[in-house]
Amino acid sequence: MRRFMAIWFPHLLAEGMIRRRHELKDTVFVLAAPDRGRMCITAVSVAAQAQGIYVGMAVADGRALASGLQVLDHEPGMGQKLLIALGYWCIHYTPVAAVDLPDGLLLDVSGCAHLWGGEIKYAEDIQNRLKGLGYTVHIAIAGTIGAAWALARYQRQAIVLAASGEEKKALSPLPPAALRLETTVVERLQKLGLYTIGHFINMQRSALRRRFGAVLIDRMDQALGWKEEPLIPLQPIEPYRERLSCLEPIITRSGIEIALKQLLHTLCERLIKGDKGLRKAVFKAYRIDGEIRQIEIGTHLPSQQPAHLFKLFELKINQIEPASGIEQFVLEAPVVEKAMHDPGMLWHNHTLNDGRLAELLDRLTGKLGKGIVHRYLPAEHFWPERSVKEAQELHEQPATVWASDRPRPVRLLPAPEPVEVTAPIPDYPPMNFCHKGILHIIKKADGPERIEREWWIDQGMHRDYYVVEDEKGERFWLFRLGHYTGDQPCRWYLHGFFV
Amino acid sequence: MARTDMIARLHQDILRMQGQQPVADSSAGKVALGPVLDAFPDKVFPTGAIHECISPTPSAAAATSGFIAGILGSLMKNGGACVWISREKIIFPPGLKSFGIEPDRVLFIHLRKEKDICWAMEAALQAEGLAGVVSELPNLDFTVSRRLQLAVEKSGVTGFVLRHQLRQLHPTACVGRWQIASGASYHPDGMSGVGFPCWNVELQKIRGGRPGSWRLVWMDGCFHELPAASVISSQTVFRKIG
Repeated sequence: MRRFMAIWFPHLLAEGMIRRRHELKDTVFVLAAPDRGRMCITAVSVAAQAQGIYVGMAVADGRALASGLQVLDHEPGMGQKLLIALGYWCIHYTPVAAVDLPDGLLLDVSGCAHLWGGEIKYAEDIQNRLKGLGYTVHIAIAGTIGAAWALARYQRQAIVLAASGEEKKALSPLPPAALRLETTVVERLQKLGLYTIGHFINMQRSALRRRFGAVLIDRMDQALGWKEEPLIPLQPIEPYRERLSCLEPIITRSGIEIALKQLLHTLCERLIKGDKGLRKAVFKAYRIDGEIRQIEIGTHLPSQQPAHLFKLFELKINQIEPASGIEQFVLEAPVVEKAMHDPGMLWHNHTLNDGRLAELLDRLTGKLGKGIVHRYLPAEHFWPERSVKEAQELHEQPATVWASDRPRPVRLLPAPEPVEVTAPIPDYPPMNFCHKGILHIIKKADGPERIEREWWIDQGMHRDYYVVEDEKGERFWLFRLGHYTGDQPCRWYLHGFFV
Repeated sequence: MARTDMIARLHQDILRMQGQQPVADSSAGKVALGPVLDAFPDKVFPTGAIHECISPTPSAAAATSGFIAGILGSLMKNGGACVWISREKIIFPPGLKSFGIEPDRVLFIHLRKEKDICWAMEAALQAEGLAGVVSELPNLDFTVSRRLQLAVEKSGVTGFVLRHQLRQLHPTACVGRWQIASGASYHPDGMSGVGFPCWNVELQKIRGGRPGSWRLVWMDGCFHELPAASVISSQTVFRKIG
């Protein structure tokens, strides 16, 4: 049995404004936006409403009614922003929360209410908490989205509960507008004397369709549960998600650690059952003041080890500020992969297995940031800078073998550094070269090894590499850029150091 | 005879008390360092320990990296992995291949801050089963070296701290201190051109062993002592081949 809750905020914008600027409380103020050359009221405070000011009125008319009227600018999109924040806040009551523009929220509360001791207590709790945040709300719970929406707005009660299957009875006394119809349809119904839903709900469907269009039938079916209505949750539901509510707000590190351990334990049990391992996990803390703090970890291999995951989270627990207290923890695994039962595929060794190596890398990247661990694979290029490529995965195997037929230095400068040389004749290694103010006299040399730039990748001159050894026995990798032409001096560079 | 045996056993006991585990008799753990092995206790390269290598000049850094690569090559013989922590990407993986290392089994970690390098090195040293951890950490103080040494005593990983262009030389808790410089290359047949790479290896300090200095050459995939005669012959005049 599905149950839906509709929450209606009759004074959403005004109360949102008071929450932002506390001095506005109990004052007569309105929000206004320009509309066809004049300022039109878009939201009114409770005090202003009591003086007879309503939405849609011109500001000038409002000023005539209330002398001290404050007019504030209406920010476009403010309502949506408020509703999204409130929707996220509601996620600790139910995983499926959706925004219902312009002034409501829709929650799928199937199977949630018993945790609070029944629907009435559940709704009261939400209402009280929202009241604490400064919002007046009307709440209705019903078996369909349409019925809950209608009851929240038109029943004139703070909390309405309608049993599933009794939507028809509950909706009958309400006006047709409660069916979320267009104004033209509502007006036409009014004109025909159909003032409540009960007046036409039992009429012949074909007649209703002919006169009022298919929309009316659709809306009626949705309200009565004969037609499915989709709910787009603010946050897609993660299949691997665990939550823990706290009796008392948590403010200590050890409390957070205990909660985390418990959640990891249950999540990992589920992962093991499903033969899965997580690659990414998010730990969220819902604070009493409505803020959410979260920390995230990633792993190099699918993991289902609570102890290891806890170690990774442990490095980041400091980032959670409990402030006045945390009331709920949620642990999610957004990226889950099939568990690997054959550790040591690549790093096969009698002592080391992939799991332990991956755990080490997780700890390093968790503490010191992503992108610090690099593993290189051979690439089929002779050009030194392109002869290695970075491995993307821990298990990526080299596609080719590492070439060892040509001398390659152990240390390669990030960019070749220009040096001054004395070279006797073309195609001969230099007699000496000067790097960073130090003169190296060359005793032995090998070369040249010509490496062409791949013309299909970039343009430029080839390099003629020489391995040279100076009088102190130090070995270098030098190259001359381009051909020896004779009319201008050649450019020489130092590119690496040999052993 | 009985007396020398007893002294040898006492040496062993002292080493064990100092945290140095006896090296297992597997071929993987043995490093063929030629004549240098005589300097070590039991004539086995001490694995599961921290070695520091000081290289005062920038070009000595390449010689040190190569020498360490040679040692790591034999430590990684059975398909192990190693971690190389440095400030920037400077090691050229294809260059390691000639020292018996599969370059794709080396995990390079680039970190800017020295504090982070220390942390990463300690974490890596705690991971049992790694063949070796190399880190380029110029300033190593006693406290850090003690922490690293304690980490390896538990896990048995071999650690190398490369100290390029260090500022001060403090006493450290490392088991060995090396200074490695490159020497003129060697060609057994006296051919011209650049020959096999050579090092002037100086073991300045070794726990339970005898320090000394050697001239080594890398030939046929392992270390050899440089024949004495070649030292003079290598000072030949400039010749070009190619």
